[in-house]
Amino acid sequence: MSELAIELKGIDKSFGLVHANRNINLKVRKGTIHGIIGENGAGKSTLMSILYGFYQADHGDIVIDGKTVNIRDPNAAIAAGIGMVHQHFMLVENFTVLENIMLGAEESQILNAGITKARAELKRLEKEYALEVDPDAVIEELPVGIQQRVEILKALYRRADILILDEPTGVLTPPEADHLFRILGQLKDEGKTVLLITHKLREIMAITDEVSVMRRGEMVATRTTKDTSVEELAELMVGRRVLLRVEKGEAKPADVKFSVKNLTVRDSRGVTMVDDVSFDIRAGEIVGIAGVAGNGQSELLEAISGIRRAKSGTVLLNGSPIDVTGNADPAELRKRGLAHVPEDRHHVGLVLKFEESENAILGYHDDPKYRKGLLLDVDAIRADAEEKIAAYDIRPPNPRLKTANFSGGNQQKIVLAREMERNPDVLIIGQPTRGVDVGAIEFIHKRIIEMRDQGKAVLLVSVELDEIRALSDRILVMFAGRVVGERLPDATEGELGLLMAGVEGRKEAAE
Amino acid sequence: MSVPYAKLPAWAEYGLIPLVNLAVAFLISGLVVLIVGESPLEAAYHMINGAFGRGEYIGFTLYYTTTFIFTGLAVAVAFHCGLFNIGGEGQAYIGGIGVALACLSFDRVLPWYLLFPIAILGAALFGALWAMIPGWLQAKRGSHIVITTIMFNFIAASLMNYLLNRVFKPLGSMSLETRTFEAGGQLPKLDWLMSIFGLSVGSAPFNISFLLALVAAFGVWVLIWRTRLGYEMRTMGHSPAAARYAGIKEARIIVIAMMISGGLAGMMALNPIMGEQFRMQLDFVQGAGFVGIAVALMGRSHPAGIIPAALLFGMLYQGGAEISFEMPSISRDMIVIIQGLVILFAGALEHMFRPTITRVVLALSPKTRDVAATKGA
Repeated sequence: MSELAIELKGIDKSFGLVHANRNINLKVRKGTIHGIIGENGAGKSTLMSILYGFYQADHGDIVIDGKTVNIRDPNAAIAAGIGMVHQHFMLVENFTVLENIMLGAEESQILNAGITKARAELKRLEKEYALEVDPDAVIEELPVGIQQRVEILKALYRRADILILDEPTGVLTPPEADHLFRILGQLKDEGKTVLLITHKLREIMAITDEVSVMRRGEMVATRTTKDTSVEELAELMVGRRVLLRVEKGEAKPADVKFSVKNLTVRDSRGVTMVDDVSFDIRAGEIVGIAGVAGNGQSELLEAISGIRRAKSGTVLLNGSPIDVTGNADPAELRKRGLAHVPEDRHHVGLVLKFEESENAILGYHDDPKYRKGLLLDVDAIRADAEEKIAAYDIRPPNPRLKTANFSGGNQQKIVLAREMERNPDVLIIGQPTRGVDVGAIEFIHKRIIEMRDQGKAVLLVSVELDEIRALSDRILVMFAGRVVGERLPDATEGELGLLMAGVEGRKEAAE
Repeated sequence: MSVPYAKLPAWAEYGLIPLVNLAVAFLISGLVVLIVGESPLEAAYHMINGAFGRGEYIGFTLYYTTTFIFTGLAVAVAFHCGLFNIGGEGQAYIGGIGVALACLSFDRVLPWYLLFPIAILGAALFGALWAMIPGWLQAKRGSHIVITTIMFNFIAASLMNYLLNRVFKPLGSMSLETRTFEAGGQLPKLDWLMSIFGLSVGSAPFNISFLLALVAAFGVWVLIWRTRLGYEMRTMGHSPAAARYAGIKEARIIVIAMMISGGLAGMMALNPIMGEQFRMQLDFVQGAGFVGIAVALMGRSHPAGIIPAALLFGMLYQGGAEISFEMPSISRDMIVIIQGLVILFAGALEHMFRPTITRVVLALSPKTRDVAATKGA
C-alpha cells in the first residue's frame, strides 16, 4: 500500500435543507488515477468544490499528504498542491497560452522577468509530460482539446501534485479524449495523483486504478477498477439494476415525413453555422446527428423548429414547406405535427419558476381545451398535468410544485411528456439525456424507440456518441456546420470519431 | 445544489420575512431620529397617530394608499413581463389629460357616475398610449425600456408644462391648472364606508377611486394568473428563450404589457384630479409613480402584497407629514430617509435575513423537512 495523497474524513455539507454531502470518507493513494462517479446531483461537484476551496465543509477534515489542512479558498488549495481543471475552462480567451498560464502567478509588477521564467518553465513541463502547446498562440484560436491542455499546464505550473478533472471529456472528440488519457497516464507515471470526475463508466474502466461511487450525497463504495465491472458500477450509482443496452427492433421506415434541403443558417455575428445541409427523415426511423458540441447542431435544431431564421434552404413537413427563412412560427408548426424537445431545457424547454402544470402546457397554451371562456381553465390544466405525471412517472407527482425543484431527469420527463403526448408526426429531440440520471435515461430511451415504432419520424441530436449509436437507425455526422458523412449505427466508434474530428470528412467531400 | 435556500412555508415567506425587514428598517430609522436628538418613541407615536389616530387621518392614509395601489400595480404588471417600467410617473401625469378632458367636456352635463367611466377610460387610454411608445421602441428597436421610460418622464413633464400653460389654463388665471370641475367631475367621498366603522372622514379626500383600485388589483390577479395573455407575459418575463420556443410573439407581448402597465399608472390620476382637487394641477403626481416601484418590489408584484405595501407607504406619507408638523427638527427630508430605509430593507436587502430565518423556521417545523429532501435528491 502506497501512502495517501488525499484523505477526506467525515466531510459534511448542506445548502439550506439540501444535504449535498453526508459524512464522506475517501482515501486516494498517491500516484494513482482515482475515479469518482455518480449521477447528477449525487454531490460529486460539491465535494470537489470543497476540496478546491470554493465551499467550506460544515464538518470534517481534509488531509493532504498526511497533514490536516484548512482549505479556505482556491489559493489555499493551490498552496496545498491541488490543481483543478474545470468542466468549463477558466481561461482568458484573448490572452496567449503563456499569459493565461502566468495569470495570478506573475510574481512581480514588472512582467518581463516573469515571462522569461514562465517560458522556460513551460518548456520544461512540455518536455517532461509531452504536453505540446505553442506558448504564443491565442486561446480562442485553439481547439478545445488544446485549451484543456493549457488548463492542465496551468495547474502543473503552480506545482500541483494532485490534479482534479471535472467531466473532462464532455467537450472532446474521441481522439482528443484518447490523447487526454495518455497525458493522464503520463502524469501518473511521474508520480502525480489524478482525481477524475465523470459519469461515463467506460472512461472509468479504461484509465482509473480505483473508483469511488457517490449516490445522493453519500460515498457508497470504493472499488479497485480491475475487480469491478460497468454493470456493478451502474448498479451502485443508481441503487438498482439498470439496463445499459437499449433494446430495439428493426426499423420499418415508410414515407418521408420531414425533409431538409440545402439549409444554411448564420448566427447573430453572421458566421455560417449550418452550411448547405440536406437530409430526409422517414416515418418510423430515428436519424441521429453526431458531432462535437458547437458544430452547428444547435443552430440546425433552432432553424428547423422555427426559433431561428435560416439564411436559405427549404424544409418540408409532411410534404408542405416551412417558412424557415421567413416567419416560421413555432406555435403553428406544433399544430402541423412537429414536436420539439430543445437541447437546453432549463432556459428554453421549461420556465423553471413555473409550476409543473404551467410547463406542461408551454407552447400548447392556446389549445381551447385549456380555456374556459376568456380565462385559463386551471382545473383542466392541472388534471391534464396529472395524467402526464402518471404516464411518465414524474416525481414528485405534484403538478403544483415549482419546476426548479424537480431533478434533471424529471424535468426532462416533463418536456418529453408534453411533446410526445401530442401525437406529433415529427419529433425533434436535442440532448435527450443531458444532465439526466442513469435510471431516467433508460426510460427516456425506451420512449424514443416507442415513438419510432408508432411510425413517427425522429431526429435525434446528441453529443453522447453512445446514445446516438444505441438509438439511431442512420447516423449523420456534423462537422463545422456540414454533414460530413452518413453511417449506419454499426459503424465503429473510431470511424465516427474521425468524422467528428473532420478528418475523414474532408477526404470524403473532396472525392 | 441549484437551490441555495430551501422553500419556506407561505406564512414565513410572505409574512415573517417582510415583517423582519420592516422592523429593521424602523429600528434604524429610530437610530437616525435619535442622532438628530429627538425621541424615536415620540416620532413613532406621531407616525402611527398621524396615520390612524382619527377617521380623518385614516382617510388621508387611504387616499395615498389608493394612489400607490395604482402605480404599484402598473410596475408589477410590467415586471411580470420582464420589463422595468420606471415611467409610471410620466404615464400617470399624461393619464391626467384623459381625466381632465373627460371632466372639462362633460362635468356640466353628466352626473359623476356616468362621467366616472368615461374618465377611467380616458385616464387608462392616455397612460397606455404614453407607455406604448417606449414599449414599441423596446420591442422593435431594442431601446432599453429603463432608459426610454425615464426619458419619457421628462418629456411628459415638459409637455404638461406646455399644455397647462397654453391649453388648459383658463384665460386670466395665474396658476397652472385647469378650471375647477362642476359637480359631475367630483367623485363622492367614502364617508359611508368609514361610518360603518364609526369613523368620520372629515376633510380627507378619501373617495370612490379607492374601490376602483381594489377592483383593479383583483383584475391584475386575474390577468396575470388566469388568462392566456398573463401566462404569455410571465413566460416572457421569466425566459424570453422559452417564450420564443413556445411561439409567443415577443414584440406584441411587450407592447401590450407596457400598455396595460401605462393604463394602470394613468388611472392613478383619477384619485387626485377627480377625488381631491377637482382640477388638474401642475405636478399633481408628486412622485407617486416612483413610490409605485417600491410598492411593487415590496409587494412581490402580487396584488395581495401590493395592497398592504401601498397601505404601508400611505401610512409613511400621512404619518410622516404629521411627524414633521409635530416635531420641527425632523424635516420632510427625514421622512424620505425613513421611506428610503424601508425600500432598502424590503427591496434591495430582501435576502439579508433569509438564511437565518430559513434555518430557524425549518428547525422549528420538522414537517417541511420532507418536502425539501425530495428536491435535493
